[in-house]
Amino acid sequence: MRDVAIVSAGMTQFGELWESSLRDLFVEAAVEALRGAKADHLDAIFVGNMSAGQFVGQEHLGPLLADQLGMVGVPAGRVESACASGGLALRTAFVEVASGMSDLVLAAGVEKMTDATDVTEVLATASDQETEAYHGITFPGLYAMIARAHMAAHGTTEEDLSWVSVKNHRHGALNPKAQFRSQVTLEEVMRSSMVAEPLRLLHCSPVSDGAAAVLLCPLDQAKRYTDRPVRIAASALATGSMALADRKDIAFLDAVERSAQRAFHQAGMGPTDVQVAEVHDCFAIAEICCVEALGLVERGKGNAAARTGYTALGGCIPVNTSGGLKAKGHPVGATGIAQAIEIFEQLRGEAGERQVKGARVGLAQNMGGSGASSVVHIFEGV
Amino acid sequence: MPSPRYWREIPSRFRLEAVRCHGCGKVTYPARRVCPQCRGGELETIHLSPTGTVVTSTVIHVAPAEFAMETPYAVAVIETPEGARLMAQVADADLSNVRPGLRVSLEFRLIRQEGHGGILCYGHKAVPEVVHA
Repeated sequence: MRDVAIVSAGMTQFGELWESSLRDLFVEAAVEALRGAKADHLDAIFVGNMSAGQFVGQEHLGPLLADQLGMVGVPAGRVESACASGGLALRTAFVEVASGMSDLVLAAGVEKMTDATDVTEVLATASDQETEAYHGITFPGLYAMIARAHMAAHGTTEEDLSWVSVKNHRHGALNPKAQFRSQVTLEEVMRSSMVAEPLRLLHCSPVSDGAAAVLLCPLDQAKRYTDRPVRIAASALATGSMALADRKDIAFLDAVERSAQRAFHQAGMGPTDVQVAEVHDCFAIAEICCVEALGLVERGKGNAAARTGYTALGGCIPVNTSGGLKAKGHPVGATGIAQAIEIFEQLRGEAGERQVKGARVGLAQNMGGSGASSVVHIFEGV
Repeated sequence: MPSPRYWREIPSRFRLEAVRCHGCGKVTYPARRVCPQCRGGELETIHLSPTGTVVTSTVIHVAPAEFAMETPYAVAVIETPEGARLMAQVADADLSNVRPGLRVSLEFRLIRQEGHGGILCYGHKAVPEVVHA
């Protein structure tokens, strides 16, 4: 296995981008990543995308997007793991470069959600169709059940959930690419309309359009493209039970723990080595469960992390400095790549007002469905 | 959902068919070909008891189009006496009482109507057990 580095990144604004199509979004992010490295060729392209077939009626994204990028002929394919599709695209590109199969690979993610008529139904296809969606459950509903299980097991409150949203909006307000650059108060979160008890509107990530792309190459070739490469110290994927009903502890995300343990083992590091993390806060409860499963806080103690400032900018381990899925936006297939870009910028000292001073090691965790798949990447400044 | 798919799922939806693994004894609903606990392939078909206890739940206020007329409605994970867990709506209930530990019976009900033909799709909903004084 070769050491692999990210040498360049590109990302669109996240938001309701009515003037941009799926292909426009991809090309904008990909061109920015290529220009950043002054790269004039690619050996392969992997695109993370959850559901272009249902959102915009377009499958077969590999050749379409290679063509749109002016790269006809380049091996290109789409990878899917629901909301973890971007993370899986990065992992696929990592394996391609680490194995020696290719030298210069684009890992991208894209989702165009605002063209769709029933986003809730499309997202619900990431749950178990036969045993869950059939009964009228929604994605917020699945995470709401996880939230109530966490409340019953660990005394988590609606206020604990709300602090996650307050923190991530505070971070997002500092991110020019974020969908929401506005802060919210605790009262506003707790007064927002109910979606699936106990989750309210401001506990949920939004429907978004957007794309993100990073360029990977072997670490020993990275200086051709940048003077500040970021090494991928680990790339790990894990699965968990698909249906909530099949999980021993509904309040704990097994797949996240498994992916984190594999990643830490691969990197020869532990949770205390991480100085900045992007985690999959599709709903406020998800951030609470993820920081526990990643080992960033003790099991059962995730509920206090945002409230006490432990995971805020300036805290012990800043989480979701980008604003997270909650404030930055969640174009599902693009999310995993956008998380990697936030860590890439943090480790290069380019995060502006969101900069975690002196950050050398960062982690990105991307999750599919109600937690049935999880991808963890650990990055190290070179 | 095309009708052959609905028809295929009738054994689990109408009769609560599950499997018990000969190797490790785990009960899994709906039936599978491989035991998720021990990967054993010798599985015996059983029928779940139509009773159970709520493990966790939610109340849906924003629903998919097919269920929009029913909001708010409760959905729960329910554990049956055999140790199997399944998801179901909780009907005829005071929504604020649908909490972990609530004892329910599983009743045969209409779940949804699908497609332009409006195929009637049945299954089980949980109903709080009546407590006799």
